[in-house]
Amino acid sequence: MATTETFIGQPVLRKEDPELLTGHASYIDNWTMPGMLWMALARPPYVHATIDGIDTTEAASMPGVVGVYTATDFDLAPLPFVWPITEEIKVPVHYPLASDKVRFNGDAVAVVLAETREQALDAAEAVAVTATELPAVIDIEEAAKDEVIVHDDLGTNVVVHWSHGGGGDQSVFDSAPVIVQERYVQPRLIPNAIETRGCLAYGVPPVDEWTLVTATQIPHIAKVTLAGTTGIDEHKLRVIAPDVGGGFGSKLNVYAEEALALALARRLRRPVKWIEGRRENYVATTHGRGVLHDCTLAGTEDGTILGMKFVELADMGAYYQLLTPGIPELGGWVYMGPYDPKAYWFEFKGVVTNTTPTDAYRGAGRPEATYVIERLVDSFARRIGKDPADIRRMNLHPPHEDAQTSIMGLNVDSANYEPLLDKALGLVEYDKLRAEQRDRRERGDRTQLGIGLSTYIEMCGLAPSNILGALRYAAGGWDGATIECLPSGHVIVKTGTSPHGQSHETAWAQIVADGLGVSPDEITVLHGDTHSTPLGMDTYGSRSVAVGGVALHFAVEKIKAKARTIAAHELEVAEDDLEWADGAFRVKGAPDTAKTIPELAVSAWHAHALPAEVEPHLNATAVYDPPNFTWPAGAHVCVVEVDTETGATEIVRYVAVDDCGTIINPMIVEGQVHGGVAQGVAEALYEEAMYDESGNLTTSTMTQYLIPSATEIPAMTTDHSQETPSTTNPLGVKGIGEAGTIAAPPAVVNAVIDAVSHLGVTAIEKPASPERVWRAIQEAKGDGRAGASPGSEGGTS
Amino acid sequence: MTHVSVTVNGAMREADVEPRTLLVYFLRETLGLTGTNAGCDTSSCGSCTVLLDGESVKSCTMLAAQADGRELTTIEGMAEGDQLHPLQESFRRNHGLQCGYCTPGMIMAAASYLKENPSPSEGDVRLALEGNLCRCTGYQNIVKSILDAAGSMAGAEA
Repeated sequence: MATTETFIGQPVLRKEDPELLTGHASYIDNWTMPGMLWMALARPPYVHATIDGIDTTEAASMPGVVGVYTATDFDLAPLPFVWPITEEIKVPVHYPLASDKVRFNGDAVAVVLAETREQALDAAEAVAVTATELPAVIDIEEAAKDEVIVHDDLGTNVVVHWSHGGGGDQSVFDSAPVIVQERYVQPRLIPNAIETRGCLAYGVPPVDEWTLVTATQIPHIAKVTLAGTTGIDEHKLRVIAPDVGGGFGSKLNVYAEEALALALARRLRRPVKWIEGRRENYVATTHGRGVLHDCTLAGTEDGTILGMKFVELADMGAYYQLLTPGIPELGGWVYMGPYDPKAYWFEFKGVVTNTTPTDAYRGAGRPEATYVIERLVDSFARRIGKDPADIRRMNLHPPHEDAQTSIMGLNVDSANYEPLLDKALGLVEYDKLRAEQRDRRERGDRTQLGIGLSTYIEMCGLAPSNILGALRYAAGGWDGATIECLPSGHVIVKTGTSPHGQSHETAWAQIVADGLGVSPDEITVLHGDTHSTPLGMDTYGSRSVAVGGVALHFAVEKIKAKARTIAAHELEVAEDDLEWADGAFRVKGAPDTAKTIPELAVSAWHAHALPAEVEPHLNATAVYDPPNFTWPAGAHVCVVEVDTETGATEIVRYVAVDDCGTIINPMIVEGQVHGGVAQGVAEALYEEAMYDESGNLTTSTMTQYLIPSATEIPAMTTDHSQETPSTTNPLGVKGIGEAGTIAAPPAVVNAVIDAVSHLGVTAIEKPASPERVWRAIQEAKGDGRAGASPGSEGGTS
Repeated sequence: MTHVSVTVNGAMREADVEPRTLLVYFLRETLGLTGTNAGCDTSSCGSCTVLLDGESVKSCTMLAAQADGRELTTIEGMAEGDQLHPLQESFRRNHGLQCGYCTPGMIMAAASYLKENPSPSEGDVRLALEGNLCRCTGYQNIVKSILDAAGSMAGAEA
């Protein structure tokens, strides 16, 4: 019912929670249908091999098996790749099943359908593949030499070269008084949504209509692209994202299994379900990062940053997935960080290797950029003997309330960075920590203190469609919203965003509640179904509130325009005599004479006495294409203790100060920051996808890949009291989903280096494991023990 | 086939299953109790945690046959009618979940732990959760939820 309460800015508890807390969620593995078959894929134990033969006889004869299929049994188009970032880009052809060559651990060559999950998995194991092994190339620099070619038809592994083109006077990179040159390596990461992928395809065969329920972030994009791959007419394909157990970019994709399940359901006219195993997830679902940067900072002796230049080599994996080369390009717009350099350069080359394809992983290009910028700024500070906080403060871009064109060529919507740094330094008690650090160093304590800073910006709200077009991305960046005010007083909101933990049902209800003067309890938010919510571009790139949320605002405005006309008619006043106040249209000067939205919804529904030009039913749709990106910013400080004998790091304090523009729900914002920082800490200290010399993934389960638990992730102090409104949209919102993951890795690694920099250590790569830290200390000591291992008696001293 | 007879959330349930059937799939697929999630296949993530005779176990690490004759509690058995369990209430109050996939396992692990230690410190809770992974929350609000629930459960008993 109508209310005068306001909800934006309040920590409204989540509408999503009751089902999730009681075991009644709709995750894909909870779906079952009569006559349903289970699908499993045969992924042969090769990394790079020519396929000589695939024998499915034994598999086909096993209990419960309904069919075994190879590439020749299908008439499928290649999997979608939608971001050919340059005209010259070489695009590997990527079919759902491999037929000529296996090019990475996760390549599948056959698919099995059986009556039960176990029967399907058993039969997939029994598919016999004979193949001739080829040398595999895993390392990107090795791959760039083209000694082993992954795709023979392309003739090279260096498949794409994208250059920003630069800004400002490039001569500073040769002539500046201080030139800092560093190389940083960022290993591959495995996204690890706790729910693996999975899907269920079913149909109504007589009318050739098909539905795919899939654990995805992008049901709308999946529908359009899977229509292309499977040949199902787009209007006969429906994609549903049910409750999705985390994504982090790994479900921002369209995968072979989705196309195969649809094709097989259509062929057998039976529902087909596939649930990914965790080991399978580690090889067949996209990885993130996997880049190396050669970096140059041009500066002055007093600490002014004159220019920043980055040349990147990025691992594409064995094929492109949906966006693969677009990820480093996306990062290519933030290499100035929150600073104000007068010269800018960024370029990258993408290289294919015999590994799992890379694609978006929380932050997508921006964490990679922020890590190298923030490492480089710290190196600059060390070089000239200045405090890293002072260097940052003197180089931060001046504040601006309106949009301004940055050195990299895009408009930054609004900025006010220095107070964020000051706030973070104050919360962490920076001066006190530096004093304690000095004392520990003077005493030569075994456990040393390190303080790491990270000031960052990010580019969110993906994206203005015209810019995406200029960047050769196949789709637009708009989003849709439909609002229906039912005669019962209830309001239905249909959004084009597709949440998987981000609490859209709650936050969207808050936006609409304030707009229409109804309680969030009276609002139901529908999402993630291309039939019921057809207008959308889904959820990734911290875009949801800044695009989908803003679309709601415009739909609200349309509802209100229509409702105002009806209200004026019923109250027998001119529309101009009405004002929207306290959740209702009120007659100016006589505020008790009023009409609420629920009342007007009834009038619009029975339509007994509407003004002549007004259509019945109080509903509206808005499609919003953002005129600009949004640019959140922040300052994070990490404090670590490093045991100089063992190299072990413990985070003792973590402060995150983030400005994401106007906040809809502070509880949700804080949760997003916590989770983002945790993933950043994981990246900085623990996680790395590792391969053996033959190219097999050795971190192939959660027992080898170190996902931190509650004992490793520190308690965090968060602050989001600064809300610099975005000038891009009327809500002033910017986005917060990726901030923590962008800011945290350099804050943590800078802290670790800072803890041992007095011993002569200047560089430690991610993840800063005890072994890496220990080795860095030994190498800095130069005592010849670098080859020894921690705790060993080795060494020659 | 192996005959398995268990008490789940207070009700007697029985079925014949393949001897290799894991407890998590017995619960999910044989009994239709899909609130317990499977996440990793290696007993690492704890999404599948349930209570076996009141103590937390990872149901992907046990055969259904091993649970024969014993008493199980799953997330579906935590609320009493519309009355959520104090842990469920506190997870909601403290935003202790985002995507929700790890949540049933977290709640079952916490329920077991709070019986053992009704007034834990923050450090105790973090250590107790070592076997349960979450990728969304950074654990901060999960820890807060469990400490909050410990407080309200102690208050209810006082």
